[in-house]
Amino acid sequence: MSHATTHEHDHHDEKPKGFVKRWLLTTNHKDIGTLYLIFALIMFFIGGAMALIIRLELFQPGLQFVQPDFFNQLTTVHALAMIFGAVMPAFVGLANWMIPMMIGAPDMALPRMNNWSFWIMPFAFAILLSTFFMDGGAPAAGWTMYPPLVLQGGKNVAFMVFAIHLMGISSIMGAINIIATVLNMRAPGMDFLKMPLFVWTWLITAFLLIAVMPVLAGAVTMILTDHYFGTSFFNAAGGGDPVLYQHIFWFFGHPEVYILILPAFGVISEIIPAFARKPLFGYTAMVYATASIAFLSFIVWAHHMFTVGMPLGGELFFMYATMLIAIPTGVKIFNWVSTMWQGAMTFEAPMLWAIAFVVLFTIGGFSGIMLAIAPADFQYHDTYFVVAHFHYVLVTGAVFAIIAAVYYWLPKWTGHMYDEKLAKWHFWLSVISVNVLFFPQHFLGLAGMPRRIPDYATQFVEFNMISSIGAFVFGFSQLLFVYLVWKTAKGGEKASSRVWKGAKGLEWTVPSPAPHHTFQDNAPVNDADLAHGSAH
Amino acid sequence: MSQRHVDKKARKTIGVTLGVTVLMFGFAFALVPLYNVFCEITGINGKTGRVSASEVNQRDFDPNRTVVVQFDGTVNSALPWQFHPRQVSMEVVPGKLYTTEFFAKNLADRPVVGQAVPSVAPGEASLYFNKTECFCFTEQTLQPHEEVWMPVTFRVSPDLPEDVHVMTLSYTFFNKGGLTPAQEKAGQGSHATGR
Repeated sequence: MSHATTHEHDHHDEKPKGFVKRWLLTTNHKDIGTLYLIFALIMFFIGGAMALIIRLELFQPGLQFVQPDFFNQLTTVHALAMIFGAVMPAFVGLANWMIPMMIGAPDMALPRMNNWSFWIMPFAFAILLSTFFMDGGAPAAGWTMYPPLVLQGGKNVAFMVFAIHLMGISSIMGAINIIATVLNMRAPGMDFLKMPLFVWTWLITAFLLIAVMPVLAGAVTMILTDHYFGTSFFNAAGGGDPVLYQHIFWFFGHPEVYILILPAFGVISEIIPAFARKPLFGYTAMVYATASIAFLSFIVWAHHMFTVGMPLGGELFFMYATMLIAIPTGVKIFNWVSTMWQGAMTFEAPMLWAIAFVVLFTIGGFSGIMLAIAPADFQYHDTYFVVAHFHYVLVTGAVFAIIAAVYYWLPKWTGHMYDEKLAKWHFWLSVISVNVLFFPQHFLGLAGMPRRIPDYATQFVEFNMISSIGAFVFGFSQLLFVYLVWKTAKGGEKASSRVWKGAKGLEWTVPSPAPHHTFQDNAPVNDADLAHGSAH
Repeated sequence: MSQRHVDKKARKTIGVTLGVTVLMFGFAFALVPLYNVFCEITGINGKTGRVSASEVNQRDFDPNRTVVVQFDGTVNSALPWQFHPRQVSMEVVPGKLYTTEFFAKNLADRPVVGQAVPSVAPGEASLYFNKTECFCFTEQTLQPHEEVWMPVTFRVSPDLPEDVHVMTLSYTFFNKGGLTPAQEKAGQGSHATGR
């Protein structure tokens, strides 16, 4: 394996010439981070377009625009594209850009593998999205791919399984790279308990990734052999057990939802102290809370399947274990609020998104506790209440954190300040419309509207209409974001190296835009530059 | 810290993390048998208990309490057999030993091996349904057009929860494949029930 870190550059800002050398063959963590973020943005719009077709169909009862089978394909691929194509790559992109700069490393530990793990992704999604143009269409059994329904798919089963294998390989390589970087490449003086929380949350996320992505790979491999090679892991007609699949899937699936949200916790823990001009409240508590959330995520999976006919003891165990997660999560929320308490707060765009995250993620967390109550879950299961819950934690949670992170670090990446006025427009349009979009879905779910269904009874008309209007405003508001990012990349007011007055961390000690190569010399870090340097 | 030293440490980290990855991929497959074992121990998922004849009738029971046991026999589509119980249901006293029979006939022109998989509903009752003898304990081989009556001896435990009044014992017969020509020549294929 080559080591880009070993050859020194005299000029730190020297970039390889030509598109192929600069982007296709790059081993530079900043370039790969940019590629990941652009890829995530493209997938966000592809997945978003599918969501808008779904909301268009649901604007009125009856079938207007799409047939039920195509509708099911949309719900399935929308989820796969958003989870594996948008949110995960966006966080990996942020990790690539920021982790080496935050711990004073010259690059990631394995730059060549870093290049591979990115360039697998476009192929994985080309394979997945190509199924839309095949006989029988795209996979339509939901992103959870439950048998026996998924086994009735056509050619798309193989394409879906191989696409997931590739995404899994990519995330595992990315995770190994992050672990190797954080454990081995920290600058002298960067102790574990001086690391920024974004690095901490990503380190823990990376361990979750290598623990559960292989389990998903195993589960989909069993689907593949059930479908093509006559095995009967999940095929009841051959003595298999479909419920077994649900156990294996959610053994992956629950840690996966923390993979999507823990890096978001890290981002918010960076932004709030910077704009409250106070050090993060309870830094070590935050680290331990993250670790305990990660641990608990392995023993709560069956709360996704309360209705399969589990014994009472199982329901009780998974109910209490799930509720236990509210404690470390509550610690985090209280720490963020305490950080803001009596702080000299200013409300630039990153802070607005971060505050919206804290408020709206908490709503998603509360509906999660409602769903954790086993006897009540029988009413909520597979309804729009669940849809509302996970969109609050994933859209106003994970996606809001990603947008906050982009506004926060964009001046460092591009060297220009973004247009604050336009950014405020983007924020207020998004934060209002996203609630118009998802809040009524709570009511729909409580009234009994099932999820993944193209048509509905007439008592659900009003809330669906409101929700669809919110969806279109939210969707089109994101075009403003693309314009803002593009405009900032092109030019604008010069950003200083510190960018934000209250920002702390090694990334703010390098010039803006960050040179192509940073921290080449492994110089010891100065505690005063760190957010958590002198606290211990 | 020299670059060389970092490389050595990094290599170890990569080795360990790759090891975890491979291990967890294997774990996904290991969950298949583990799940079965777990269900058998806890009686979840309709897996029934098995006791020897000597363990039976060792404790007192209420001779006036009765529950209804229903029988059901299905054949998986891949098995060319006819299969059904002698009687649809039976009134039993929990604690006593009972025997019933299931009928099977091979409709094919070749010997076929089948395996019955039992399931008891409701799931909470499955722990209290104990079989001392069952054709489901072993594979069954039927010669072309052979008919056979296969007994099941069972006892419902007196510990059965009070709220259970009806339980269903259901068998599904699966095809375990035909005999190989060599096995056919050797005349293999005794019936476990033929004792």
